[in-house]
Amino acid sequence: MTTADTDPHTLTGAYALHALPDEERARFTRHLSTCGSCADEVAEFTATAAKLAVAVAVTPRPAMRQDVLRRVAAIRQLPPPTRPPRPAGTYRRRLPRLALAACMAVAAGLGGIAVREHGRAEDAATEAQQARQRTDELVAVLGAPDAASRRVPLDGGADATVVVSSARDKAVWMTSGLTAPPAGRVYQLWYDVDGTMRSAGLMDAGRTDRAVVLAGSANSASAVGITIEPAGGSTRPTTTPLALVTLPA
Amino acid sequence: MRSVACGDGDAFAALYDIVAAPVLGVVRAVLRDMAQSEEVAQEVLVEMWRTAPRYRPERGTVMNWVLTLAHRRAIDRVRSVAAAAARDHKAALLDQVPEYDEVTEQVEHRLEREQVRRCLRTLTELQRQSVTLAYYRGLTYREVAAQLSVPLGTVKTRLRDGLIRLRDCLGVSA
Repeated sequence: MTTADTDPHTLTGAYALHALPDEERARFTRHLSTCGSCADEVAEFTATAAKLAVAVAVTPRPAMRQDVLRRVAAIRQLPPPTRPPRPAGTYRRRLPRLALAACMAVAAGLGGIAVREHGRAEDAATEAQQARQRTDELVAVLGAPDAASRRVPLDGGADATVVVSSARDKAVWMTSGLTAPPAGRVYQLWYDVDGTMRSAGLMDAGRTDRAVVLAGSANSASAVGITIEPAGGSTRPTTTPLALVTLPA
Repeated sequence: MRSVACGDGDAFAALYDIVAAPVLGVVRAVLRDMAQSEEVAQEVLVEMWRTAPRYRPERGTVMNWVLTLAHRRAIDRVRSVAAAAARDHKAALLDQVPEYDEVTEQVEHRLEREQVRRCLRTLTELQRQSVTLAYYRGLTYREVAAQLSVPLGTVKTRLRDGLIRLRDCLGVSA
């Protein structure tokens, strides 16, 4: 047997190229957890292999894009791994910081790829910039030291979460599993201010899983409601609220 | 990507436009068959959406992450018994990066392609064959050794040495 047969360090290349049979892969994966220099080398080789992939790029048919976007719209994302199990029903707690950090930390990766590796960098950068602006306000509320949240179940297995920061006088509305509104209708959000419903904005009909920063002052309101309204929204609720969530104190 | 991880479909669409062509490319390099490749590529892209909240930036760029996943899924497919039986092993010996229809070649990837070609030429014959057979054909190092009639240990070291040269030539850092 040669040294190469017995020295696990030489397997970094085969590992990074997925060229190890399963059982050897499992063994080397264990070795990696104790060998920092191996892990570094594997990371570099993985990045090198990605270059080999980019070099054989094939433009997919436009239909594939439609297929993927359609499938994705119906699939719920995995929660971040750091999120603790959620208690059932209504509760109040600080948002998990790690989960938020996971949402925030990734933008740099996308921007970096776009600039380094692609001619369409400018478009992608603009997109990223817009996405960043959209989320900055969101992040400010979610990341506020005094952010408090309350989650309530909605019909059909969906749920809604309100996060409020008194210091910022803003609230964020998030739903999960909410079906799209009927054609020609929108979900409208409301602040309950001393018994009067004041519009706090519309939810994007096709994007019910997207978090929205509510328009207006959160501190003057006692609850947030959601109704189905004609496209364009209403000045007052015209239907019974699907939910009315008391703002966490 | 942070927007993708927070459930933003528009951000996902933008990310799709950046990664879809390399994803399909690497899957097709391994699987050869376009219909199967599209199927696997779609699965990878949907997986990218589903697992975006678990993406760890400190482990590498989004592009590296998704292309590693794409290559892995293509390998899994090709190593499954059914796929292996249908596969044409004889066409496996590669002289260079596969040539595809110029029509389907994205302009923005041409630069990478030229750079990779150039760098592959700096490898020894055995290094280059080992790396391309393993990566683009999805062979295990044992299969590579059999194809090239060289000892297993030699293939292991040639894969590593070849990647070191490629890494340095391409100016890659993790």
